[in-house]
Amino acid sequence: MRLHNESDRVKREVLARVARALFAEKPEALDRIPLQMRPKGQPFSRCCLYKDRAALRYRVMAALGFRGEDETDELRPLAAYAAAVPTRTRNPEPFISILTEGCSACLESQTTVTNLCRSCLARPCVGNCPKQAVHVKNGRAEIDRERCVNCGLCAKACAFHAIVQVPLACADACPVDAVGKTADGLVAIDHGKCIRCGRCQAACPFGAIMACSQMADVILKIKRGRRVIALPAPALAGIFPNDPAKLTGALLKLGFAAVYDVAAGADETARREAAELTERLRAGAAFMTTSCCPAWAETVRRHLPGLAGYVSHTPSPMRLAAEMARADHPDAVLVFIGPCAAKRTEATFYGDPDHVLTAEELGAMLIAADIDVDACDPAAPTRAGSRAGLRFAVSGGVAAAVGAHLPDSGAPKPYVISGLSPKTIRLLATFAKTGKAPGQLVEVMCCEGGCAAGPCSFEEPARAAARITAQAAG
Amino acid sequence: MLHLQICQGTTCYVMGAAQLASLAAQLPEDLRGRVRVTGCRCLGLCRDGAFGGAPYVTIDGEVLAAATIDSILAALRARLQEAHP
Ligand code: FES
Repeated sequence: MRLHNESDRVKREVLARVARALFAEKPEALDRIPLQMRPKGQPFSRCCLYKDRAALRYRVMAALGFRGEDETDELRPLAAYAAAVPTRTRNPEPFISILTEGCSACLESQTTVTNLCRSCLARPCVGNCPKQAVHVKNGRAEIDRERCVNCGLCAKACAFHAIVQVPLACADACPVDAVGKTADGLVAIDHGKCIRCGRCQAACPFGAIMACSQMADVILKIKRGRRVIALPAPALAGIFPNDPAKLTGALLKLGFAAVYDVAAGADETARREAAELTERLRAGAAFMTTSCCPAWAETVRRHLPGLAGYVSHTPSPMRLAAEMARADHPDAVLVFIGPCAAKRTEATFYGDPDHVLTAEELGAMLIAADIDVDACDPAAPTRAGSRAGLRFAVSGGVAAAVGAHLPDSGAPKPYVISGLSPKTIRLLATFAKTGKAPGQLVEVMCCEGGCAAGPCSFEEPARAAARITAQAAG
Repeated sequence: MLHLQICQGTTCYVMGAAQLASLAAQLPEDLRGRVRVTGCRCLGLCRDGAFGGAPYVTIDGEVLAAATIDSILAALRARLQEAHP
């Protein structure tokens, strides 16, 4: 469940204020955002008003697509950053930016003995530790940091709940151990390991892990009269509580020149992937994995090179939808919109679509433009997808859509991995090692439940998935 | 019976109303049967840059800005307390 949280609200308010300043062509308003959001005499959330404002300044920078890490002049006006947006020819990659002012330097995830310890006779903490890391000294259990592997068995064994595992939200959320700490205790991301899934960002209770947004590029291109085309992901139909035809209408009202549903690309992905699977199996392959999840593609590239030969070469729905739009409008600016963090990296890697927006960023743009989706006229996209294409957004949907293109009898068996975690990644590694998998078509979704549960969203994953399933059922 | 209206307009929904919807399904024991929860279209409070106060809810017509589950429950209980001290 996505909990209501103030850090999300602040993040979205910043995005909406930035969008509003850009739509109104009033870049000077950007420098006022930290003051407007934290006016004098009002309560603040960090140690003082000024630190809050400093943090907000970096949030505005990230909303404009700039990393605080690259700042050379702390007095450079935010309006000057906005003026630099149109000169940018590359999207920020890696797109993660750390808000040092926000990171609270939480404790490294560790197991700690509290003073509830009674130094009992049984001492199950000592007896159950597989690493002989627990000893009782001076009437209290002690953990030898050098030996402790943080397995938590001592904490489970203690009758008094005297041992606790202190979580480190960002690092614990990372499925590939890419989030660590600097010597000062601040969060540090190993971009070589990072699969761009966005989970650390969603998990940090301080909102200290931010993404550099491409929203400013998109708004300024719309304002300058470029033909900007929206490619909304199927997941959006579940994230917005509205009739999808009204969402299409809202995109047009926002200034997009046309809408190409990514679900149309998904239909094409399914068709081609079914043909590819048939071909591979005929050639003797044991299995093939799906290719549409970009965080999965990064996982293979960075952590499971042995599986690379098993991943489908079929382009993702985003890329195929971009191809359709590109064929009709060679000079247009193409913008994918979805709840995914990693699509940014996929788009940058392949060079098309030009930009990626998140569901949150689209929400902020609608807020800034005073557009209420429900009040918009329903409209039809230039290219619409089928119900099967829509279901790509929910775990199992890709395998089902591919399966629909295969013969009824003797069809390859699907196997669905819904959510990358250290455990499922270990399982996938065994597929590479043994050359065998429990199904011939292995669908892999980084987010548990599929794209509907993507991290850059404002909707509860279960509700988003339920809406999509209902729409796909008709 | 109090009437809690949760704005489902785009601004409020994006700013956090999606996380308030669970209130309709699971009101705490002490409020059950004493509060009617409904959604409504944009209340018009978010316009012209006033989105900073979203999500908005109303309790018997009275507006509560930047609503959270906590602040809503507190406001509902305060009202009921007033009515039946
Ligand atoms: S969306 Fe709630 S007041 Fe407008």
